Amino acid sequence: MFEKITALELTPFFISFKLASITTVILLIISLFLAWKLSQTRSRYKPIFEAITALPIVLPPSVLGFYILFTLSFHSPIGQFFRDVFGIKLVFNFTGLVVASCFYSLPFMVQPLQSGFEALPKNMLEASYIAGKSKLSTLFRVALPNIKPSMLTAVVITFAHTVGEFGVVLMVGGSIPSETKVASVAIYEMVEIMDYQGAHIYSGIMVFISFCVLLLVYIFNRKQNSHFGGLS
Amino acid sequence: MIEISIEKELLGSLGKMDLCIDLRIDRQSFVALSGQSGSGKTTLLRIIAGLEKAKGRICVDGEVWLDQNVYRAPQKRGIGFVFQDYALFPNMSVLENLLFVKKDKALAEQLLEMTELSELAHRKPATLSGGQKQRVSLCRAMMNRPKLLLMDEPLSALDPSMRTKLQHEILSLHKAFETTTIMVSHDPSEMYKLSSRVVVLSQGKIVQDGDAKSVLLRTQGSQKFSFEGELLDIVKVDVIYVAIVAIGQQIVEVVLDEGEAQNLRAGDIVNIGTKAFAPILHKK
Repeated sequence: MFEKITALELTPFFISFKLASITTVILLIISLFLAWKLSQTRSRYKPIFEAITALPIVLPPSVLGFYILFTLSFHSPIGQFFRDVFGIKLVFNFTGLVVASCFYSLPFMVQPLQSGFEALPKNMLEASYIAGKSKLSTLFRVALPNIKPSMLTAVVITFAHTVGEFGVVLMVGGSIPSETKVASVAIYEMVEIMDYQGAHIYSGIMVFISFCVLLLVYIFNRKQNSHFGGLS
Repeated sequence: MIEISIEKELLGSLGKMDLCIDLRIDRQSFVALSGQSGSGKTTLLRIIAGLEKAKGRICVDGEVWLDQNVYRAPQKRGIGFVFQDYALFPNMSVLENLLFVKKDKALAEQLLEMTELSELAHRKPATLSGGQKQRVSLCRAMMNRPKLLLMDEPLSALDPSMRTKLQHEILSLHKAFETTTIMVSHDPSEMYKLSSRVVVLSQGKIVQDGDAKSVLLRTQGSQKFSFEGELLDIVKVDVIYVAIVAIGQQIVEVVLDEGEAQNLRAGDIVNIGTKAFAPILHKK
């Protein structure tokens, strides 16, 4: 057992965490503006945008994976555009994985941020506008600092969800060792070849890391709540 | 001079109503805006601040803020606004809340001094009492030396002794900065103490407009004094009836005859007045 652990191939974990980190950073930037816009809009089309954003939660990963694969492949105009203009291919490599993960994890970043923004007292934002501050300045100086717990939840859940994804990465990335073979896919393959010991170790590590991350989030949120004593 | 002439359809307590206001306010005056809840006071204030849109025209000292073709954003109106629920920024200290509006440390310190908040300058809003929070909010509203200060029931969440203290502070700030002020209030003593003019709204229209005394004083004709109260109960005692009436924070008993008692129901708003005797004032 000990030998097995020392001889463990860690690359799938490394790829998983690299993928999750990059996806989280990209999504944080996109979602900040998207969630802010969704929380502030009074448009009657808001439910349509909310429904589109939430789609990846309910769609089977295979459906999402299929569409992404189809859209990014050379058979579609988008795939052709990226090949012809930038000379990159977006399927069966790491770049494709990042693009697919961004779609797949989008709601996990947008929703906590949006509900954080929506829970802010409207008067507080209006006080900032009256003080002469623009919407952008209000977002960064008033809204964001007061939704730290929501932001942390969004970042951690997005990260964890990306680490945990399976169907989409398998379809869009294939399972190319050292390129797109992430931990969840590696476990699947181990089970398939009946390497139960390896699957146990990999799965155990995943459970342990996920638990620690979630525990830290809950401890932090508890401290934040007692520190701020709610918004005033 | 502030000229307001606006119209807006809104949902009041009795269904749809039209807010239709025509108002001219002199510079440096202190106007109290009163009326039942749902009469459009807060909406009027928010329209003046630019937080809500309306049809019509608002012109302040010759600058057009609202017109058919013009809508000046709240950021560019240079006003101060005090919210009922303070609306302080929880992530900033008291001093930072003030400096957020304008980086003028001397003014911030002067304001904190005037409102006895200097010692709390580095505390976060969550650690302050309601009265302290509202003073911070008031100071913050004065930070850009506003031409126009709008206050939406600034004192209604505070206890009576804190109200009195803040009334003095509002008045001294009003005098020191010569700010034109519009304040929504329900409290007659507050309006009397602070304002030079009282405007009463009902169902989106101005129904009374005048100096504090003529609008607020309830006595008519030869009445020596008169109070408005809510009838809580009528109790039959032998051959007479006793009405229990709540006037402000106090409850009084008034004797009624049978005819009077039959016309009244618990929950009615009544006027209690007397003509025959001069009221006696005692210092407590």
